[in-house]
Amino acid sequence: MKFRIYRYNPETDAQPYMQDYELHIEAGDMMLLDAILMLKEQDDSLSLRKSCREGVCGSDAMNINGRNGLACITPLSSLKQPIELRPLPGLPVIRDLIVDMTQFFKQYHSIKPYLVNNDPPPETERLQSPEERKELDGLYECILCACCTTSCPSFWWNPDKFVGPAGLLQAYRFLADSRDQATAERLDNLEDPYRLFRCHTIMNCVDVCPKGLNPTEAIGKIKDMMVKRTV
Amino acid sequence: MAVAKRTFDVVVVGAGGAGMRAALALSEAGLKVAVLSKVFPTRSHTVAAQGGIAASLGNVNEDNWHWHMYDTVKGSDYLGDQDAIEFMCRAAPEVVYELEHYGMPFDRLDNGKIYQRPFGGHMQDYGKNPVQRACAAADRTGHALLHTLYQRNVQANTNFFVEWMALDLIRDEDGDVLGVVAMEIETSEVMILQARATLFATGGAGRIFAASTNAYINTGDGLGMAARAGIPLEDMEFFQFHPTGVYGAGVLITEGVRGEGGYLVNKDGERFMARYAPNAKDLASRDVVSRAMATEIKEGRGCGKHGDHVLLKLDHLGEDVISHRLPGIREIAKKFAHVDPAREPIPVVPTAHYMMGGIPTNYHGQVVAPYKTGPEEVVQGFYAVGECACVSVHGANRLGCNSLLDLVVFGREAARQIIEDLERNPHHKPLPHDAAERPLARLARLETHKQGESVAEVGAAMRNVMQVHCGVFRFPDLLAEGVQKIREVAERAKNTAIQDQSKVFNTARVEALELDNLIEVAQATMHAAAARQESRGGHARDDFPQRDDDNWLKHSLYFSEGHKLDYKPVRLKPLTVESFPLKARVY
Repeated sequence: MKFRIYRYNPETDAQPYMQDYELHIEAGDMMLLDAILMLKEQDDSLSLRKSCREGVCGSDAMNINGRNGLACITPLSSLKQPIELRPLPGLPVIRDLIVDMTQFFKQYHSIKPYLVNNDPPPETERLQSPEERKELDGLYECILCACCTTSCPSFWWNPDKFVGPAGLLQAYRFLADSRDQATAERLDNLEDPYRLFRCHTIMNCVDVCPKGLNPTEAIGKIKDMMVKRTV
Repeated sequence: MAVAKRTFDVVVVGAGGAGMRAALALSEAGLKVAVLSKVFPTRSHTVAAQGGIAASLGNVNEDNWHWHMYDTVKGSDYLGDQDAIEFMCRAAPEVVYELEHYGMPFDRLDNGKIYQRPFGGHMQDYGKNPVQRACAAADRTGHALLHTLYQRNVQANTNFFVEWMALDLIRDEDGDVLGVVAMEIETSEVMILQARATLFATGGAGRIFAASTNAYINTGDGLGMAARAGIPLEDMEFFQFHPTGVYGAGVLITEGVRGEGGYLVNKDGERFMARYAPNAKDLASRDVVSRAMATEIKEGRGCGKHGDHVLLKLDHLGEDVISHRLPGIREIAKKFAHVDPAREPIPVVPTAHYMMGGIPTNYHGQVVAPYKTGPEEVVQGFYAVGECACVSVHGANRLGCNSLLDLVVFGREAARQIIEDLERNPHHKPLPHDAAERPLARLARLETHKQGESVAEVGAAMRNVMQVHCGVFRFPDLLAEGVQKIREVAERAKNTAIQDQSKVFNTARVEALELDNLIEVAQATMHAAAARQESRGGHARDDFPQRDDDNWLKHSLYFSEGHKLDYKPVRLKPLTVESFPLKARVY
């Protein structure tokens, strides 16, 4: 089984390069992450992030044969050889498959990703109907892996100005929460030529999301809310 | 080598549920806090918890904290400390409501209250009938909880040191803890983080076993650091094997599946739990179910070509329940077992899951260790919460959903205790001159040692020894051999070598440092297991099949130096109610 992997160590490499690797294994039930770790046993300098190995922590996002995904839930048998692995596009590379996610998290933080409710909390839970709670499905499950945001051309051009699909999905998660009281502030925060409106519904984000979420739809709903409040 | 130093009021190591709950309270109190995490906080292993968080809200059927407390004491096989258990079960509703107020997206009942599902070992009326006590966000409760706590910490401006690994504790001559030495993974920079209070929330060590539900990061770092600093580890022989890890892959399938009505079958299609736990059946506690599964497999009633697993059947729950209550499970089953559970059963096998033991603490999160006055003596400046701590609320066996509860109850309580202690203790003690000596020596060895076995090889040997010699059932000859073998592996671990010598995000170095910690935990587990001559909770001895309260109703304390074992009494007296007397444990 053949691999071509992006290598770059700023201490020793003037330029990034692609390194060929080979494993003598059958794909079987293996996930891509299992294979990369076998390569790492041969060459311990090959660097990547990893943790849960079941697609819930969001550590091992990378560009796999040209498409962003999580190595731990990508079946090896689904991939054409040589399997080409690159770091997530659009973010500075720290080393090999590890990118600097500062900008991504900065955008996430910029949407104020926490519930705002200024009423004194009741002694028990705040009530929320199953229908109201259902509005959060498809939103709260985001694992912040950055597959979507780093596949978005609008984010590539304006990573400092455009919030990006992951951040906007979370912006809508709080707008959609019946318990949240900061709708106006949240919309003000996005009322800007770039922050929200740079989304041109290219839908790469929907295509790559490993959790099957739909940021484009959420962004559309925020745009609707913007329109409604100006009418 | 000169090591840079920064000074804080509190250093929290670990940013899972426990670390972040504590960090939130500490930040909100205006203290200068540093929260270190090997990974970005939402990547911590709390994110993988599925089924729920236990609290006697009584939203579906009648419930109260006394029943929850009884279940927890019984579940612990009477090894849990009843003061701590009372404290946790009483606080449960309040901390769950608090999480809801923070914005946690719990599922809801028609009346708008938090949805609760049944879970193993949680019963009504002192063990009579299953009760719906597990507060759930679909089967992603840990994810919902961890992200909510992170979000709240963003709001509180908590100071996170992301991708920093703590290497060793700093203790002075009096035994007081004065901070940690840590390394920034991206740059390999080593720094002393001096603190008036050091809180460990470093999680478990499931990676000592070959088949584990745990993430790669669960390497027992806090336990390794504590053990190297001379602090004992408590009750390490008690390791929980979760009944339903996906056969082959080890990935967790929540007990919530059985809570929603799923059940286990053997190769004859028999619902075998009825024979082992006639009342609770598939909702008996985890140690009971895992032993039943292992027995079915051992006696030739396992499924598949090799007869080495059983099946978890849930197709009868219907499309609606599966897609609403268990969507994550369906995803996992499709990806890792290649079955759609709405149509076919999931092949499962008991899989190493949770460490009941840990750094000994009282129910305020203060680390306690025998020094001058006895085993309950507080180690000044040192606190531990979550899976790395042994309070002990889980005793010999943890109930499902009591772990998320443990994180938030004791995360919050430790923060309260720290705030109180710091008021009495406003000044930093001077650091010992050799504060960074041990971690620097560990790093120097990795830098100079060019020839040796790979970390991966030695790690695999360790996991294999633990898997074969210290599993669901424990045999005297295997344990004796295991003690010997794990010592040999520990020797080999001293001579590992890494090829990668880069300063930039050197994951090979991180894994070598993690192996040091895993080895401490593996040795503690094996030694304590070989010594305990009874069966209790997660520790099942083939040669001593009964619980022996006369001789073994006591916590073990393992000291890394000399592999010495000591014991201390179980705290049988609760805070305000009567003790639950010892009884045979039947489900």
